[in-house]
Amino acid sequence: MSSDDGEECPPLSQRPEWADVRPVPQDDGPNPVVPIHYRENFREAMDYFRAVYLADERSLRSLNLTSEVIGLNPGNYTVWHFRRLVLEALNADLHEERDYVDRVAERFPKNYQIWHHRRWLAEKLGPKAADKELEFTKKIFTIDAKNYHTWSHRQWVLQALGGWDDELDYCQKLIEDDVFNNSAWNQRYFVITKSPLLGGLQAMRESEVSFAIKAILTNPQNESPWRYLRGLYKGDIEQLLSDNQVPEVCLKVLKSGRNFLFALSMLLDLLCFGFQPTDEFKRIVKGLTNSESSSSDANLATSVCNILETIDPLRANYWAWRRSTLPSIVC
Amino acid sequence: MEKLEGEKHVKYILSVEKRKDDFESLVMDHLRINGAYWGLTTLDLLHKLDCVDQEEAISWVMQCYHEDCGGFGGNVGHDPHLLYTLSAVQILALFDKLDVLDVEMVSKYVSGLQNEDGSFSGDMWGEIDTRFSYCAICCLSILHCMDKINVEKAVNYIVSCKNLDGGFGCTPGGESHSGQIFCCIGALAITGSLHHVDKDLLGWWLCERQCIDGGLNGRPEKFADVCYSWWVLSSLIIIDRAHWIDKSKLINFILNCQDKEKGGISDRPDNAVDVFHTYFGVAGLSLLEYPGLKPIDPAYALPVDVVNRLFFRK
Repeated sequence: MSSDDGEECPPLSQRPEWADVRPVPQDDGPNPVVPIHYRENFREAMDYFRAVYLADERSLRSLNLTSEVIGLNPGNYTVWHFRRLVLEALNADLHEERDYVDRVAERFPKNYQIWHHRRWLAEKLGPKAADKELEFTKKIFTIDAKNYHTWSHRQWVLQALGGWDDELDYCQKLIEDDVFNNSAWNQRYFVITKSPLLGGLQAMRESEVSFAIKAILTNPQNESPWRYLRGLYKGDIEQLLSDNQVPEVCLKVLKSGRNFLFALSMLLDLLCFGFQPTDEFKRIVKGLTNSESSSSDANLATSVCNILETIDPLRANYWAWRRSTLPSIVC
Repeated sequence: MEKLEGEKHVKYILSVEKRKDDFESLVMDHLRINGAYWGLTTLDLLHKLDCVDQEEAISWVMQCYHEDCGGFGGNVGHDPHLLYTLSAVQILALFDKLDVLDVEMVSKYVSGLQNEDGSFSGDMWGEIDTRFSYCAICCLSILHCMDKINVEKAVNYIVSCKNLDGGFGCTPGGESHSGQIFCCIGALAITGSLHHVDKDLLGWWLCERQCIDGGLNGRPEKFADVCYSWWVLSSLIIIDRAHWIDKSKLINFILNCQDKEKGGISDRPDNAVDVFHTYFGVAGLSLLEYPGLKPIDPAYALPVDVVNRLFFRK
C-alpha cells in the first residue's frame, strides 16, 4: 500500500511485492562535494526507485513507489517525470491522480514540481477541468493567499481552460479579506486587462479608479492600490492629469496628516507630469514641512522631496535623486 | 557592529557531511548540483576554493552529465534539467575547466528548450518560466554560444512579463517577484537589452523592498529574507540604482543572520542555517563591497575574476 500522507509503512525490503527487486544505491563518488546523509527510509525508497527507474518498469507498484518517494521529498523532478510515464503507460484514471495531487499539494504548497504536474493533468483533462482547478487554487489560497505557484497556476487555468466569469468578484473578496495582499491586486489587474468578458482597461478604468481610491483612503500606507492606480492610467498621462480624482485622493490623505508617504510620492509624480497644484495643496504641504529645516520659498516639488527624504530615511538617496532630477516645469 | 565570520562559514560548508539526517540534507538530494554551486561559489568568494579537491568535484559534476542529450541532472542518475545544467556549467567555469565539456552538445540541449514564442522550458516536460530564460541565456553566454538561440524572441518574451510596477513575473501577467526580476534583469543584461527596462520605476519598486529591519523582501508586505539580499541587490546594481537603499542597514541584517558559533547563514535572524542562504548572504555582502570578499558579478552570479577570465582571456 502506498503512503503519500507521511504514514509509516513497513520497509520495502520486508514487503513481498518487492522481493524480486534489487535496490540500486545512490552513487555519490568517493568523497563528494556536498555529501548527504539520508534518512534510512528515504534512502531505501530511493534505492528501490532507482531500480524500477533504471529497469523502466512502468507498473502499478512503480506508481505506488513514486507516491512514497514524493511523500518523503516532493522536489525531485525525476520522480515526477517517471510518474507521468507510468500514468501514461497504465492509462491511469486521471481524476484519481488529481485527487492524489490535491493531497500532496496541500502538504507541499510551495513545491514547483507539483504545480507543473497539476498543469500536465489539467491539460490532459481539458476545459472541463477548469472549475475543479480554480476551486483547488481557492482552497490553497485559504491557507496562503500569496502562494506564487498557485497564482501562476490559476492564471494559466484561466487563459488555457477558461472560467473567467467570477474572477473579478473573487479578487474583490480576497482584497476585502486582506487589502494588503499584493497578489490579489496583481490578479485584479490581470483580470481587467486580460479577461475576454470585461472589455479591457479603458472600459474598466472608471470603476477601478473608484475601487482603488476607496482602498487607499482606508489604508493610505498600502503600496498595492497606489501602484494599481498608476497602472490604470498606464500610457495615458493626459487622462491622469485631466481626471481630478487622483489629486483629490492625494489631498485627502495629506489632509489627514497620517501615513501620507505614498500620497506625497503620487503628488510628486503628478507635479513632474505637469499637474498645476492648487493653493490648498501648497498650504498643506507647507504644513507638513519642518519649518526649521526647510526654506519657505522652495517650490512645491522640492518641498515634497525634502519631506519624503526625512520621513523615509531608508530611501533618502532615492528621494534626493528625485529632487535633483525634477523637470524644469516644476522648478 | 557584527563582523563576517568567514572562516566559520568555510568550515560550515566543508563540514556539511558531518551533520546527521536533517531535513535539509533530505530535500537537497535532488538538487545537489545546485548545492555544490552555492557552496563552491561561496568558498571562492571567501578565497578558499582551494580547500576542495578540484579533480573530484569535476569528476562528480561530469557524472551528472547525460551524454545522450547534453543536459545535466541534479545528482548522479537524475534527469537533466536547465536549472542543473546552469549550475554544472557555473561550477566548471569556477574551476576554469569548461574544456571538459562537449560544448556543442550542451548548447544544443539548452537551445533545444527554446519555444516558438521565445520562452524557455526547464526540461522536456515543458514547464515555462522566466527563470529558465535566465538559465539558458546565462549558460549559453558562458559557453560563447548565444548564436544558437533566437535572442530577439527570448528578449521579447521576457519583456512581455513586465508589469505595471516595472517588475517582472514568471509568465506574462504573473506578479512581480524579486527572484523573477533578477532572472529577467540578468538575462536582459547579458543580452545587452536593458533599454527595455524602466530603470527608475523598477529601481523604486526594488528599493521599496527594504524593510525597517534593514533586510530586503521579495514582494510587498512580506518579511525580509537573506536570499533577497542577492536577488534585489544584484538587480539594483545591474540597473545602477543600488545607492537607493540603505546599504549599512542591509549589511547589519545579513551579519545578524550568521550562526556565529558553527558558521552558516540563515534566512532571518535566529533561524537554522543552510548552504543556500549562506551563499546568498556572502554573495550579498560581496555586492556590498564588504572587505575581504572577492567581488561577484551581479548578472552571471560568478566571481568577477571568473567572468573576466571567460570573456577577456586571449
